[in-house]
Amino acid sequence: MGGVHPHDNKISRECRIEPLPIAPTVYISVAQHIGAPSVPVVAVGDKVKVGQVVAEPGGFVGAFIHSSVSGTVKSIAPRADLAGRMATHIEIAVEGDEWLEGIDRSETLVTAIPEDKKAILDKIRQGGVVGLGGATFPTHVKLSPPPGSKCERVIINGCECEPYLTSDFRTLLEKGEQVVVGAAILKYVMGGVPCTIAIEENKPEAIEHIREVIARLGYEGIEVMVMKMRYPQGGEKQLIDAVMGRQVGSGALPISVGAVVQNVATALAVYDAVQKNKPIIDNSVTITGQCFPKQANLLVRVGTPLRYILDYLGGIPAEAAKIISGGPMMGRAVANLDAATVKGTGALLLLTEAQTRRAPESNCIRCGKCADACPMGLEPFLLNKLARAKDWEASEANAAQDCIECGCCLYSCPAHIPLLDNIRVAKGFVLGAIRNRAAAAKAAAEAAKASADAKK
Amino acid sequence: MSKLLVSPSPHIHSKDSTRSLMRDVVIALIPAVICSIVFCGWKELIVLLVSVASCVLLEWAITKYMLKKPSTVGDLSAVITGILLALNVPYTTPWWVIVIGSVVAIGVAKMTFGGLGQNIWNPALVGRVFLLVSFPTYMTTWSQPQGLFGADAITAATPLSAIQEGLMQGASVQEIMAKEGYNYGQMLFANLGGSAGEVCALALLAGFVYLCIRKVIKPWITLSIFATVALVSLVFWGVNPDRFTDPVFNLLSGGLILGACFMATDYVTSPMSVWGGVVFGVGIGLLTVLIRYFGSYPEGVSFAILIMNSVVPLINMGFKQKKFGRK
Repeated sequence: MGGVHPHDNKISRECRIEPLPIAPTVYISVAQHIGAPSVPVVAVGDKVKVGQVVAEPGGFVGAFIHSSVSGTVKSIAPRADLAGRMATHIEIAVEGDEWLEGIDRSETLVTAIPEDKKAILDKIRQGGVVGLGGATFPTHVKLSPPPGSKCERVIINGCECEPYLTSDFRTLLEKGEQVVVGAAILKYVMGGVPCTIAIEENKPEAIEHIREVIARLGYEGIEVMVMKMRYPQGGEKQLIDAVMGRQVGSGALPISVGAVVQNVATALAVYDAVQKNKPIIDNSVTITGQCFPKQANLLVRVGTPLRYILDYLGGIPAEAAKIISGGPMMGRAVANLDAATVKGTGALLLLTEAQTRRAPESNCIRCGKCADACPMGLEPFLLNKLARAKDWEASEANAAQDCIECGCCLYSCPAHIPLLDNIRVAKGFVLGAIRNRAAAAKAAAEAAKASADAKK
Repeated sequence: MSKLLVSPSPHIHSKDSTRSLMRDVVIALIPAVICSIVFCGWKELIVLLVSVASCVLLEWAITKYMLKKPSTVGDLSAVITGILLALNVPYTTPWWVIVIGSVVAIGVAKMTFGGLGQNIWNPALVGRVFLLVSFPTYMTTWSQPQGLFGADAITAATPLSAIQEGLMQGASVQEIMAKEGYNYGQMLFANLGGSAGEVCALALLAGFVYLCIRKVIKPWITLSIFATVALVSLVFWGVNPDRFTDPVFNLLSGGLILGACFMATDYVTSPMSVWGGVVFGVGIGLLTVLIRYFGSYPEGVSFAILIMNSVVPLINMGFKQKKFGRK
């Protein structure tokens, strides 16, 4: 259902993943994931090594954060992230590259999976693994289904359906073995259910390579599924629908239909954490754009300032007008080049003004292209009107809260109406109303229970 | 680079714009325009120029002097209305009649409602029906076209009005068709029409195929109109071939192809969903045949489309697409 076909522009697809030299100073945010910000456990002046925990989870939905470099903690202070929001960052002045003992830095592939599932989950948690497909949801939480739900299939998301991005593609080609072992670990943890590695048809080399790796390593129950090229094929709900033929309901989690989805980079991070004791201290970042003279896929230490990465590749060209963290459809515009990368940073895309210009809005011509493009079956033209009228009740009735913010509606609108901008606003209000109702219902239930107890 | 642009996603846009879509419709109309000029001659060229110029000028003047807003003529929709209006009238129509038609089309049917996207009825059709009701003589008689440089010859009625008149005089359909010398090959390729746009069915169909290939329109509305007209007239004709015209004649006459390909598919005035479009098309087909067979006007396509335009909001309510993960 729905979707659009933007030019895939994978101009960095031939660039091997190269390590970026370590920056002189890194800034590690304590809020790199969905959930409570982590709590720093180092103090200014402390010496840290690569892989050492610098912040601990601030709640159940939280993540460990590790130092990506060795050196001295210079400050722990609020700093603007790439969207310009303030968050506590741990500033570390780099001295050498000394790793914590116990981290296996060799290239040897370790295929023997530990037997104790609890121990595996704990290693994933200790390794600070979060979903690297964009949401940065703590992986160990996703792998602990609530009681009563049952996982029936693990899906490894290798669609990389956003234009320009190639880091998952390169990871599949260059670290295919590790990704497949990571998939096998996830499959084992979820009770040996079947596992599907979903790859879009525009990456035939990766499809062939992963099939060969699965055969070579002799895994049963792990298969590659070739996906149609379409954006947003890699959207979690869309992917589950395409792979399993099941639709996750409004507001429900994938596990409600028996699916657990993890991104390719997350599978690699799971492998590193479980088999190599290596926490997430770096990640592959695609740096690309037609106006950028050098295309690259770099292995970047977490906390590296964006300016340092771009300067390494020759600086920002004069024609670049917008820098996007992520892909052109769902990525965030960077407001601050002094901001540092986080675990979830997958790409830096440089666009010229002509490439990213939004034409002035004109009348809706009721062509229905937005409704055709919406992968959630919504009516963006209607939601846009309701949002502009600030009618949040009607917005909820028309499922504004189901919007996944993929951008297909705005992308396809010939009248250039800022559909998604307005729907986002409505979604925020509707979700707030839903939360308030739930809280009120809970409070009422508790009050009723308390009065019933008092009567006893 | 001095400053970073910061705005919400998505950061890219498809190449489509209202103007590019409308430009495709204009391109799709070019074969029919060329055919109509070739078959009807220089008078048709004047009809086209008068119609397009008055539609565009009027929209420009209304936005500039009455609404005091930026002009919208750049979206090319007024050009389309102008071409469609011209193709919807016989080439012998006097220029001042066409100007009146464009005033009704652009001034009344389009701009009064708020311009492109806000109108309930297809502007060109409103203009056409206004002329049909106000100036029936100009609109239902035509002269045998004599080609690009020929002189006007015999004045005759359009096939549909000829048949209606003949039936009223008690003749059977076959007798009338034999007398008038209608044949389908001629109707498909050229030279048997009333309005200029009816002169070449193939040119219109070529434009329709172009629009479908370019994904400007979906084919379902048009196809369901054709299918309904064919089926319904097949039933009537099967029951009484003396009284009712046959399906092929109905498909090829009276601007059905022009209406089904270019006017029923107007985004603004047609349903958005595929099944809504099918219902819309079936309604147009049914009404067209019924008006032709039983109405007092010989020709039903324009009325049928306008009537169905009126119920589009209802159809849209009834045919919402299924929301993901919801019953």
